[in-house]
Amino acid sequence: MKSIRHIPPGYILAIAVAVFLAIAHLLGIEAGQRMAGTLYTFFVEMLILIPCIFILIGLLDVWIPQEWIKKHIGDDSGFRGAVYVVLLAMFQGGPLYGAFITAHLLWRKGCCMRNVFLYIGAFSTLKIPMVLFEVSFLGWRFALVRVMAALPVSVLIAETMAAYTRRAGLQLRQLDDHN
Amino acid sequence: MTLLVITICAVAISAAVNRRRTARGLAKGWLMLRKMLPHFLLILILVSVFLTLVPQDTLTHVLGQQSAGMGTVAAALLGSVALIPGPIAYPLAGMLRESGVSMSVLAVFITTLMMVGILTFPVEKEYLGIRIAILRNVLSFIGALLIGFVVGGLL
Repeated sequence: MKSIRHIPPGYILAIAVAVFLAIAHLLGIEAGQRMAGTLYTFFVEMLILIPCIFILIGLLDVWIPQEWIKKHIGDDSGFRGAVYVVLLAMFQGGPLYGAFITAHLLWRKGCCMRNVFLYIGAFSTLKIPMVLFEVSFLGWRFALVRVMAALPVSVLIAETMAAYTRRAGLQLRQLDDHN
Repeated sequence: MTLLVITICAVAISAAVNRRRTARGLAKGWLMLRKMLPHFLLILILVSVFLTLVPQDTLTHVLGQQSAGMGTVAAALLGSVALIPGPIAYPLAGMLRESGVSMSVLAVFITTLMMVGILTFPVEKEYLGIRIAILRNVLSFIGALLIGFVVGGLL
């Protein structure tokens, strides 16, 4: 029999929350209803988003040749490789957790560490859909200055991360999804 | 919705070119999804609990403090923890701006929101490993403050 320690905490918590919501519903606790509301909104979003992300990642995995990634954004890709990953990140949308999935795929295919972190940095600060939102709600001057500040900061973070992982001999996590 | 359309088109084109390879890709995607599912579930729950305990008026109230220093600290902490999608976060920031919240507070809030992810940490550590994930969040936090000060200083 599987011991309880082997069940991922996510599942245990999910059951606990379901029980809590059921009790809250029966007793008519207002916070429970509010939580069910937010839970539902995010659940619907993630229900569509997450399977789509993984389907696309799976397809990219089998279609993108490793040599191609290595050559263009790998160890010796230099400045041009950095431009490529920033552009790639800018033309995407969605929440940050999506970036980790893509970044990990790029890394597995031979993208160098600096470009992996540059991709994550650019994804979180320079996405075009996000900047458009920013322009319409906070004005183009705000968006422009923020973007101009975010680019060098992202490069700096990426270089630091790359230097640190090289010195400490760290790699991203090996996910053996082939079994 | 756009993503759904893109995904369907991608699968259709891929299947038209090579059905076997497409099946392999879908199987790979499914395996990865299955492995990550509990972590996404964890995020989903953490976000809902957070948004239930801290409703929108509280966010507005905390960020709109009179003291700029406290406002910045509150913005940095809230932005780091919260996972608020852009379509909600920007209108909120726009409202805050109308009510006179300073540009640097808004910039710090928006940037930490986008770059630092405490609630998404369960997923991040699965992909990057714990040490790298922690370092990335710490550096991003510092970077976000830096960006906030640049924006605040120039505008």
